[in-house]
Amino acid sequence: MEPLERYRPIIDDFDAFLAACERPLGNAVRVNTIKATVERTLAALDEAGLDYEQADWNPRVIDLETDSPGSTWTAFHGFTHGQEEVSAVPPVVLDPEPGERVWDCCAAPGGKATQIAALMDDRGTVVANDNNLGRISALRFNAERLGATSLAVTNADARNYSLERFDFDEFDRALVDAPCSCEGTIRKNPDALDNWSEGHISSVAGVQKGIIRRSIQATREGGTVVYSTCTFAPEENEAIVQHALDTESCRVVDFDLDLEHSPGLTEWDGDEFDSSLENAARIYPHHNDTGGFFVAKLEVTA
Amino acid sequence: MADGNDGQRFDRLPATPAERTVEGRVSREEVVDYFDDRFGVPPETFDDYTFWEKGAGKIWIYGGEAPTPLEIEAIGMTCLRTRQEHWKPTTDFVQRFGGHATECVIDLDRERARRFAAGEDQELERWDGDWGYLIAAHEVGVGPEGRPVRDGEAVERGESEAIGVGLYVHGELRSMVPKGRQRDLES
Repeated sequence: MEPLERYRPIIDDFDAFLAACERPLGNAVRVNTIKATVERTLAALDEAGLDYEQADWNPRVIDLETDSPGSTWTAFHGFTHGQEEVSAVPPVVLDPEPGERVWDCCAAPGGKATQIAALMDDRGTVVANDNNLGRISALRFNAERLGATSLAVTNADARNYSLERFDFDEFDRALVDAPCSCEGTIRKNPDALDNWSEGHISSVAGVQKGIIRRSIQATREGGTVVYSTCTFAPEENEAIVQHALDTESCRVVDFDLDLEHSPGLTEWDGDEFDSSLENAARIYPHHNDTGGFFVAKLEVTA
Repeated sequence: MADGNDGQRFDRLPATPAERTVEGRVSREEVVDYFDDRFGVPPETFDDYTFWEKGAGKIWIYGGEAPTPLEIEAIGMTCLRTRQEHWKPTTDFVQRFGGHATECVIDLDRERARRFAAGEDQELERWDGDWGYLIAAHEVGVGPEGRPVRDGEAVERGESEAIGVGLYVHGELRSMVPKGRQRDLES
């Protein structure tokens, strides 16, 4: 937990934060409304005698009382998909509509991409890209099990992504769920901090900058880009959004989130960020008994 | 490669056999007719979808936008195997679209459904329908009052949900659920 000490000045009730990071997480699943309604899914869980609790902020997110959420009838039918509660936040903030063209540029293993497809009633085009071929097989497996027919899967580096392969030349929305140092996943993966270093953070930040810039370039004027990570490091969060503000045409916008969170930072380690970064959300493990996440919503401008 | 199938790319199926340019490739019309003739799935079910071939006889169904040909990893989902004597739908396709089927659907009780999902073959004498590939289904998520009985050969069709593709031959129902999709589930 030592790497997390650097966040003592910015996190309220830091001791509660550390204590939460040491507790393991429960098993959350997301209801896949491409396959079944929430009501029917709950009835199927009742039939199986499984206990569960729906999240207050999102009835499609369920905390399931089982050690093997993948060995249930609801998982077999694709009614449910194992996905951490906070991991379901970015697609909700992206707020895609049926018929749109949406780019999930770091999509594997596909939890968020299929959630986007479900939010669009599986109508429109969701381009699910990942640069890692091995992880793409997991993405394809999940997409088929969850019945997402609106997904097109590509294998490319998001930083220089070409739209020439399609008939259209810009997206309505893009989700950048960026590769990151994963500090916020410590409750799920106790090894998450083993390879932590400031050098690692700065190298991954370089990749994040390239991806967020390309996602803004590939999105139409007036369109939406959501940037998210599962880490606390401001170098990978606010500083990346600041880089986008400095180099591309966009602005940070506010969004509603019925989940307890802290505002984004406007300064860190001597660097100042635009005041609009207060509109971003920092979700800490002790807030809602979840993993950690950062989410910012951008509008592409002229 | 105008005369052959290119396993590296997706090609949209021709609308009808008359528009075929690749030997052996099926048409959209034939695919839609197959689902209608075999399973009673209404053709209009697929009005908003396109069908594609990548790999010999591997047919994909897609709801989004894309030009043809297209060299990417996947579009939509695999739905059907052609270029063999009996066409065979995929497990994931029948789970997604099997609810539209009215023919060649066999409803299983909970114990039989469990064995089917685990990939087991089972004796089943009382099927009156056609031999060949069919859709195995069971009731799930119906709520306590409509719950099927736990024994008996088959249940009334209510909130029936497709489990996967079965092959019925000689009094035996063979599970075609692929290894990676098989699960040991509670009955």
